[in-house]
Amino acid sequence: MHRLKKIFATDSYIVPIVAIIMGFLVGAVVMLVGGYDPILAYSSLFQRVFGSAYDFGEAIREMTPLMFTGLAVAFAFRSGMFNIGADGQVLIGMTAASVIGIKLAGLPPFLLVPLAVIAAGLCGGLWAGIAGFLKAKRGINEVITTIMLNWIALYLANYIVKTFLLLPKQNRSEDIPASLSMNFLNSLFDNARLHWGTVIALAAALFFYVYLWKTKQGYEMRAVGLNPHAAEYAGMNVGRNVVKAMFISGAFAGLAGAGEVLGVFHYQSVFAASPGYGFDGIAVALLGLTHPLGVVLAAILYGILTYGSAGMSFGADVPPDLIRIVIGSIIFFIAAQGIVRWVLKPFYFKRKKEKVL
Amino acid sequence: MDLQTLGQLLNTTLVFSTALIFAALGGIFSERSGVVNIGLEGLMMFGAFAAAVGGYYAQDAGMGAWAPWVGVICAMAVGVIGSLIHAVAAITFKADQTISGTVINFLAAGSTLYIVKLLFDGAGETPLLDGFKKIPVPGLSKIPVIGEGIFNSYPTTYLAIVLVIVIYFVLFKTPFGLRLRAVGEHPSAADTLGVNVKRMRYIGVMLSGLLAGIGGATITLTTTGTFGHNTISGQGFIAIAAMIFGKWNPLGAFAAAVFFGFSQAIRNYVQLFEWSNSIPQEFIFMIPYVLTIIVLVSAVGRSSAPKALGEPYDPSKR
Repeated sequence: MHRLKKIFATDSYIVPIVAIIMGFLVGAVVMLVGGYDPILAYSSLFQRVFGSAYDFGEAIREMTPLMFTGLAVAFAFRSGMFNIGADGQVLIGMTAASVIGIKLAGLPPFLLVPLAVIAAGLCGGLWAGIAGFLKAKRGINEVITTIMLNWIALYLANYIVKTFLLLPKQNRSEDIPASLSMNFLNSLFDNARLHWGTVIALAAALFFYVYLWKTKQGYEMRAVGLNPHAAEYAGMNVGRNVVKAMFISGAFAGLAGAGEVLGVFHYQSVFAASPGYGFDGIAVALLGLTHPLGVVLAAILYGILTYGSAGMSFGADVPPDLIRIVIGSIIFFIAAQGIVRWVLKPFYFKRKKEKVL
Repeated sequence: MDLQTLGQLLNTTLVFSTALIFAALGGIFSERSGVVNIGLEGLMMFGAFAAAVGGYYAQDAGMGAWAPWVGVICAMAVGVIGSLIHAVAAITFKADQTISGTVINFLAAGSTLYIVKLLFDGAGETPLLDGFKKIPVPGLSKIPVIGEGIFNSYPTTYLAIVLVIVIYFVLFKTPFGLRLRAVGEHPSAADTLGVNVKRMRYIGVMLSGLLAGIGGATITLTTTGTFGHNTISGQGFIAIAAMIFGKWNPLGAFAAAVFFGFSQAIRNYVQLFEWSNSIPQEFIFMIPYVLTIIVLVSAVGRSSAPKALGEPYDPSKR
């Protein structure tokens, strides 16, 4: 109990919680200005998510790629890089999983499915690794290369689907026989599209934590992220760490792609524009303070908000875009902690006084 | 390909480049002052939205040819207001600049569409506008290729080209430019010499909002005619790429923006070449992005970002 109290007294927990409350308040004010009823809107948001087994399952489905891309962006962040390319890495992962899932369909499922998942992680990692390699070897800013690689990935994925996997006269691939669906659970959830990707995502978060904080390699990576010059002076190979960090980051994103095509859609579409997974991942990583546990919690919050936003527009007529204002405000308050601390000031004062007494 | 088509290709290139030029110039002001601006996408969104809404109401009020200019002014104002969110978080509250820039992208995407749906009965797009008309420059527009290509453009394109030169001059030849760059390179030294670091950075960020706002306005007022969720779709990020590609220099950013504009324009013309039939169109679409990476790899010299970029200024830390 004492320990629990201590955890909640540390402001690294209080600031995000207050930031979330303040974000919801901003959303409520915006709704009031627009002439909507915020209480009705928020209650229909949560009702949509928790109202039926199907919707709850679908909300979990929605959270899964967010966890992966959030982890991807957060991992790169911890290593001192900004990976804007999770979007492209997801697409490459999707494509790798689709190719393996369709072209090697003759293999037994216990071989085929892991193979497709591994291929997705590997290819996503290699794709991001290009940006890491170029940064390590030539000092090229990873922001620009990952943006370029997003576009290249979009066209490459479309080309592969159109040329090798196309379902005749459709704008998508053939059906993929390999499947990550959790059929035993799906009936419980009224055929919501739950899949093993969620479990893999949680495992990835655990890997993230153990690797970065419990291994020597992870220590090096964080050192490079905090101060590359000091790390180099201490005898660490900065370039190798940069490439490795981008590879792992991209692998997380690639796995998101596997989850989407093998677990949710069971085919791959030809995309007219980037599907936007990577940009949600940036928000999730920032909401989660780039810590794996935080990312998982942030993905849950983000998933609830985005999935519930449809219910909000149905129940209270509020445009679902409002939810982006709420999310943006939460990130704003987390980033600008000075504002939150200022709001909390009276409470801090009280606590200090207690200590003196 | 005949000369006329070549002129048209050049013209389309400039149309697509214009928005990128404005936004990249905005990014230069912000980043030269030491504030990372990943929020250009959102600032362009604010601009495109304000231009569409402001332009629509001005047109409705019968302002005719002046209506698009009202749109541009609205875009400038809303762009500056949007950028202030970034400035307050990053400069006053010393937030991580990458994060507060991302906030702009989120707030812009959410609030613009929210307001559009409020104003236009739940429609996901603003009503179609007339927008700008191309203005041929008397005499010069008769020159082959270049006349069709450059001197028969939208007023925003002329404005963008003039601004590139003006901003180059301002940044590198005026005391203001020197101070702005000093604040981005070595804020504590600038502070010692009596430059107000915070004020300069606020100005840098607000100018980025102003220019990115015009950039967004350019898109609604010349190419799309409306604002919806797909109007900007990555242009802000391309503008960031153009800025970095151009080494935070207005002339370099201009060249990079034209390069990206060309890559978008070539799609409309590529069918004219016979050889294009033998290459899948996806690979043709990829060319500019692959080429960018190749150019960066082969270019000599490492990245030349302002030295204090991304660091909040803390006067107690000398």
